[in-house]
Amino acid sequence: MTTPAEYYPRDRTWHPPALTPDYKTSVARSPRLPLISLQNSVSEITGPVFGHGDIDPLDRDLIHNYARPGEAAIGQRIILHGRVLDENARPVPNTLVEIWQANAGGRYRHRKDTYLAPIDPNFGGCGRTLTDETGYYYFRTIKPGAYPWRNWVNNWRPAHIHVSVFGAAFAQRLITQCYFEGDPLIRHCPIVQTIPDPRAIEQLTAALDLNATIPLDTIAYRFDIVLRGRRSTLFENRLEGN
Amino acid sequence: MPQQLHYLKESPSQTAGPYVHIGLAPGAAGFDIYARELGRDIAGPNARGERIRVEGIGIDGTGSPVKDVLIEVWQANADGHYAHPEGGGPVEEGFRGWGRVITDFETGEWGFDTVKPGPTRGRNLGTQAPHLNLWLVARGINIGLNTRMYFGDEAEANAKDPVLNLIEWERRRATLIAPRTLRDGIPVYRFEIRLQGEDETVFFDI
Repeated sequence: MTTPAEYYPRDRTWHPPALTPDYKTSVARSPRLPLISLQNSVSEITGPVFGHGDIDPLDRDLIHNYARPGEAAIGQRIILHGRVLDENARPVPNTLVEIWQANAGGRYRHRKDTYLAPIDPNFGGCGRTLTDETGYYYFRTIKPGAYPWRNWVNNWRPAHIHVSVFGAAFAQRLITQCYFEGDPLIRHCPIVQTIPDPRAIEQLTAALDLNATIPLDTIAYRFDIVLRGRRSTLFENRLEGN
Repeated sequence: MPQQLHYLKESPSQTAGPYVHIGLAPGAAGFDIYARELGRDIAGPNARGERIRVEGIGIDGTGSPVKDVLIEVWQANADGHYAHPEGGGPVEEGFRGWGRVITDFETGEWGFDTVKPGPTRGRNLGTQAPHLNLWLVARGINIGLNTRMYFGDEAEANAKDPVLNLIEWERRRATLIAPRTLRDGIPVYRFEIRLQGEDETVFFDI
């Protein structure tokens, strides 16, 4: 085979555009010239491979991965779980999923975050795990709080967890955010609203999943993630052209 | 109504935000949580080829440094092989070819050590000049920006590179080519990424 099977092109109308003036920081940070469209080569259809030696099982438990021995993070205990699939609805196995988030009061453990909500000494705010062979992943954490941010004078981020996923190829690399069903701040948030299609926003809204809760212990939200799918090589590509 | 195709839609991207560092590079951001931080060692101890340093800065549309960007690099080894089942061939033990780096919060400067990659297989039996694949995320960037860094001392290979030649505007190709200097005997490549404005860096829809 002369050219590997490619990933489906990104549907750029489904993603937020680079320039979204209501999210002010994007104005000076968005390229003004169009992206150059590139057909996949080996550089794009490959990507880093991670294994269980890279991470620790405790990394997926944000309630305890930064807590002092015998203590736990403060907040509403949640399980965040789901599957990583591709656009062909096939599972993406053994892929690294990393998350980060504010604490229950809406404060990040970051030197640039000066919001007056207190730091929780037992909460770090980041975690990571690998999907299993069916693409399934799960974390235990606390539900993050909403917090104000400087954009318009009075903007509040809805509760959200940042999610980073690799897939099998650099072309699949994705960072997104997980929101929570029923949060009234979703429709007011200029960052959420950079996404043009309301159905795409729903895709980032985790559903309350009572079947996965642990009664009297931890409530659960389901968040499935979809990465780009890959074409099948039915016929050899022609040699002419680029 | 025709038959339904039932493809799923890719999850839409959202900005990595101002606190991406605690999620993806906590150690580099001064936050000690993981025993092993990923992406600090790109080439590993056994990689063959020339040891190099790559440094740069990101500049926004006002001409100011971007002080909170996170960059990931994905590269082949000196033989032009990626550390992946479809990467073109074997790599040295410990070579991952992937790394991530954050900027200095005060200056916006970033840098990493690696080995210089070899030429890689291109589409349709072609050859690609040595290059690093880069992916940038930050507050204000709604979907990660893909670009490539080529090497200033590879003029002949660069002139034949199928991706550089795809860029219709010849003067824009230069935005992807990093000049080489020597510092204490180590080759240093400097790659300045201009998010917009004059000499805006070429970004790719891969």
